[in-house]
Amino acid sequence: MKIAVCVKAVPDAAGGRRIDPATKRLDRSGELTLSEFDAYAVEEALMLGEGGEVVVVSMGPERALDALRKALAMGADRAVLVAGDELAGSDLLGTAAALAGVLERESPDLVLFGQQSADGGGACLWAAVAEHLQRPAISQVSELTVSGDSLTGKRQTEFGYDTIRAPLPAVVAVSDAINTPRYPSLKGIMGAKKKPQETATADAIAPGTEVLALNPPPSRGESVKLEDDGSAAEKIVEFLAEKRLV
Amino acid sequence: MKTLVFLEHHEGAVQKGALGVLAKAASVGDAHGVVIGSGVRDVVAAAGTTVWVADDARLEAPLPQPRVDVIAKLVRDEGYDTVLFAQSVLAADVAAGLAVRLGAGLNWGLVDFDGTKGSAPQLQDTVVVDVGWTSPVRIGVFRAGSLDATALSGSTELRDATVELEEFSTLAEMVEQAHAEQQGPSIEDADVIVAGGRGLGEPANFALCEELAKALGGAVAATRAVVDAGWYPYAAQVGQTGKTVAPKLYVAVGISGAIQHKVGMQGSGVIVAINKDANAPIFEFADLGVVGDLHAIVPKLTELVRARRGS
Repeated sequence: MKIAVCVKAVPDAAGGRRIDPATKRLDRSGELTLSEFDAYAVEEALMLGEGGEVVVVSMGPERALDALRKALAMGADRAVLVAGDELAGSDLLGTAAALAGVLERESPDLVLFGQQSADGGGACLWAAVAEHLQRPAISQVSELTVSGDSLTGKRQTEFGYDTIRAPLPAVVAVSDAINTPRYPSLKGIMGAKKKPQETATADAIAPGTEVLALNPPPSRGESVKLEDDGSAAEKIVEFLAEKRLV
Repeated sequence: MKTLVFLEHHEGAVQKGALGVLAKAASVGDAHGVVIGSGVRDVVAAAGTTVWVADDARLEAPLPQPRVDVIAKLVRDEGYDTVLFAQSVLAADVAAGLAVRLGAGLNWGLVDFDGTKGSAPQLQDTVVVDVGWTSPVRIGVFRAGSLDATALSGSTELRDATVELEEFSTLAEMVEQAHAEQQGPSIEDADVIVAGGRGLGEPANFALCEELAKALGGAVAATRAVVDAGWYPYAAQVGQTGKTVAPKLYVAVGISGAIQHKVGMQGSGVIVAINKDANAPIFEFADLGVVGDLHAIVPKLTELVRARRGS
């Protein structure tokens, strides 16, 4: 079985994520790292695809290849990165089209996504990609089994658990409850650089959205933090009484 | 502006969040609804506006792709220029598929909309972004719990939507739906929520939260970690993969405040946090943070609240 895992290189959380006021886009100038939720999708692909091929697919600046290498170190076979300056301002429409272009060429049996990007996306890119590919999509999957030419996914929604079956090829977004991602071994890390890493291009698609202005968040008011000296319960009640909540 | 609002329903009722979006849309222009499912006519009998009803056995399971087909056809045939959703697992998937189908811009995480631009807090609410659309059709997904569900006072007109499904839209099929049972008051409707996390130490200690919630007249919620561990039912889960709530008071007991939890409750009016770890992220956005032993503080707090409220 051939599995493609769509991943994203995001600004390292440790450096603090910020929007560049000049471009009104997320500042990606600092170090990029594999979005933490993507490791679950890579792990699932490695477990399901044993004996097959696992391809990591992403869109981002050329530097993003460094971040994709973590997926290769975990065990993925190769990486394809859609890169190009003209893609920098892409929104959901452009990103979905670019990834779908690669996926159509690669023609995998299964496309996996993590449950969201770590830098604040809409958690819905898989549905946009599945629409391009005209294939079934299941999101928030916490248990995935593939048997023959179909898959069954169990997932959490607001109301409980759904079990959904779909024929392959299919698009699945996995939740972080699905597995425990492996740590790359030293051998894996050493070998990752030698694995095939290809960059591809895509036509830029005009975004359907724009950022008009950046505003500071509304203040939550004064925040109080105290150590319990035995009177914390009284102080909480005083605070609630002041706010007319008790 | 002519807006269509996706009225997601569950067990015979439209979700509060979707009604909130409908009310917001109606306050800035013409707003109609669409309800999609099987046997759903009664669900929107008192919607107070025009509602398209796509009633078809093939639409019974809450799967996104057939819903994209129904809404895309309505937008094209009826000339809607805006389609709005309240965030949910289903709504996000429908909105994204629809965006590609219609070449429409999609803005998500909206907390407000004035008919032209939307307002969306981003990067863990450190910045509020004014967002716009450049496409002829505009799609927006509102953050759950961000709008009040005021009833519309117009007359309800139900119109039948034509259901034509793409072949690929019907490939996924629901095998089983296991609905979690709800205990006590619903966390979406409660003015006060007492939520418990791993810091409680063991499942039995949820009794501390239950007692405090009872004293305050509120409901009990839980983090994903403790729901996954089987300490508390899924229906009470707040956070990214659970519910988004915005009560007047949110008391977080033994909750570290990971981002996955924060996004589900940061719209709360007043946040009080009790945690023994002084470095827990919850203290960064709690209005009152108490560093201390919850096992000592919570029972005492419950007593004091009871005494004060006579409850």
